[in-house]
Amino acid sequence: MLERSPMARLPDQALRWILTALSFGILLLLVYFFGKLSLESVDVFQHQGILSFAFSNDWNPSQSQFGGLALLFGSVATALIALVIGVPIAVATAVFIVELCPSRLRSPLTILVELLAAVPSVVYGLWGVFFLIPRLRPFEQWAADTFSFLPWVGGPVAGPSYFIAGLILAIMIIPVVSAISREVISTVPTDHKEAALALGATRWEMIRTAILPYSRSGISGAAMLGLGRALGETIAVTLVIGNAAVIGHQIFDQGYSLAAVIANEFGEASAVPLYSSALFACGLLLFIVTLVVNGLARYIVSLGDIERRVERARRSERKSAAAPGGAA
Amino acid sequence: MSTGILPPISARRRRTDRLMSGLFYAATGIALVPLLLIIGYLIKEGASQFSAAFFTTDPTGNFAGDIGGIRSAVLGTIEMVAIATLISVPIGIAVAIWLVEYGKRSKPAAIIRYLIDVMTGVPSVVFGLFIYVSLVETGIGGSGFAAWKGSVAISLLMLPIVARSSEVVLDLVPNGLRESALALGAPRWRVIATVVLPTALPGLITGSLLAVARGAGETAPLLFTVQAAMGINFNLSERMNSLPLEIFNDVQSSNPAVVTRAWGAALTLVLLVLAITLLARIVAGRSRLKP
Repeated sequence: MLERSPMARLPDQALRWILTALSFGILLLLVYFFGKLSLESVDVFQHQGILSFAFSNDWNPSQSQFGGLALLFGSVATALIALVIGVPIAVATAVFIVELCPSRLRSPLTILVELLAAVPSVVYGLWGVFFLIPRLRPFEQWAADTFSFLPWVGGPVAGPSYFIAGLILAIMIIPVVSAISREVISTVPTDHKEAALALGATRWEMIRTAILPYSRSGISGAAMLGLGRALGETIAVTLVIGNAAVIGHQIFDQGYSLAAVIANEFGEASAVPLYSSALFACGLLLFIVTLVVNGLARYIVSLGDIERRVERARRSERKSAAAPGGAA
Repeated sequence: MSTGILPPISARRRRTDRLMSGLFYAATGIALVPLLLIIGYLIKEGASQFSAAFFTTDPTGNFAGDIGGIRSAVLGTIEMVAIATLISVPIGIAVAIWLVEYGKRSKPAAIIRYLIDVMTGVPSVVFGLFIYVSLVETGIGGSGFAAWKGSVAISLLMLPIVARSSEVVLDLVPNGLRESALALGAPRWRVIATVVLPTALPGLITGSLLAVARGAGETAPLLFTVQAAMGINFNLSERMNSLPLEIFNDVQSSNPAVVTRAWGAALTLVLLVLAITLLARIVAGRSRLKP
């Protein structure tokens, strides 16, 4: 009686198949994407060997030497500097916005932090070159002289450097790390916080004993996502890292990164097949590294989700047990 | 005299508490300093560039003398991002509809969700390389570097953002609405077109606008797919100018006047992106679906 005629069912099925096809188009696209990049990188891998490409330190395209260790090192070093500076600030901002700030400041502050993500990366680069580098230089020199007993600090300060690149990356990852941390922190059950306060904890002790342990995995995941973002950032880093294919001895030295080498040398490389193949291999390496980092990040965040789900289940169980007749 | 059950908080704990609260305040302040510095410095250096001529002339490419304005860069950015939006928004929303209405919690849907996450994490420069090998080098469309190829590269970047945010919004549409429409005898496609999509519309627009804001500021993919041109150009299979590339090229110039033009262009770009972001927030504020 409620059966539709085959003709009337047609649009429904068509829609379903079109949507399914589009969704699986993404799968095909990414497989093609990966295959194409690998295919383009084969030349340099045959010329240099995969391990030598990733782990030997001799990037000298005019001599057909394509050891990318200095590039990989630069990517990792700048991203780590970004994490060390950016993550504590981002997490503190998240805690402040969720727990400490007056409620009418909450949404303006959230929007302001997120506006940091709206500034295009080329603008960060421009600002880094003309504002940050000249103005920070005296401080950097002072820090390099004063703290020269620390590893990787000391010696003459180059204008563009790992440190400047890391600092700009730190600013760029603050919004994403802060947004995820905020989400995680706002899911901390009120019971936990009230329990801590009821036991006589001060606000900081409540944050330390109730909020941070509960959000630990979520915050680590957010930091990993920030790491992925920092590793892949191109234009801002290209403008402020100095583009010298060497492994610096200290954080105020010039360096290079995987993404920067692609953006910077692409023009010259496009005429030389082996050279451009090397840049594609850099892209492939970058793709794989960010893939691994992001995968790890999501895994860590999902661990937290499981803990949270267990917690929620336990609570609802308790609730239903407490309710009259609920235990049945 | 303290008569409570709790012992009084010792001076040391009180001090630590104050100190840590202060640190949280300070960290939030520090996070906002760069934003103020960037915007302030952009206005200081860039606003003086704003004039009628700045927006109505094209860059000439001359090293000295009349270097021109940024008209072609503004138009190029708008044109390329508009096309990228036309590609990525329908596909992104379609994928989100599939995930929410058909895929749900199935294994294939989990795979697609994972792939969208993967796509979000791919650095934009790698997308640029990909479009370079698959579209530019092969000379598809009869030319090498072309504006539409840049649009495709930007749309790859926007697609996961649109799909992710749309999925969240579509998920918020109450199931009761869907079930009522189905119970009235509406076929699935009509439920989607007349109930689900209109309910979720503000959220879909917000997500798309945020993706547009992201796409408009991207430089790296354009480097390998469009390259820069000087003059105005409406032919999509030619090179085209854009704000991010104009800035990137101008920064590296040794002529101070050209560098100053980069500040003007950067201020324009930031104002454009901020306007889109704020618009997205306003639309989001109007949505009745709250997470």
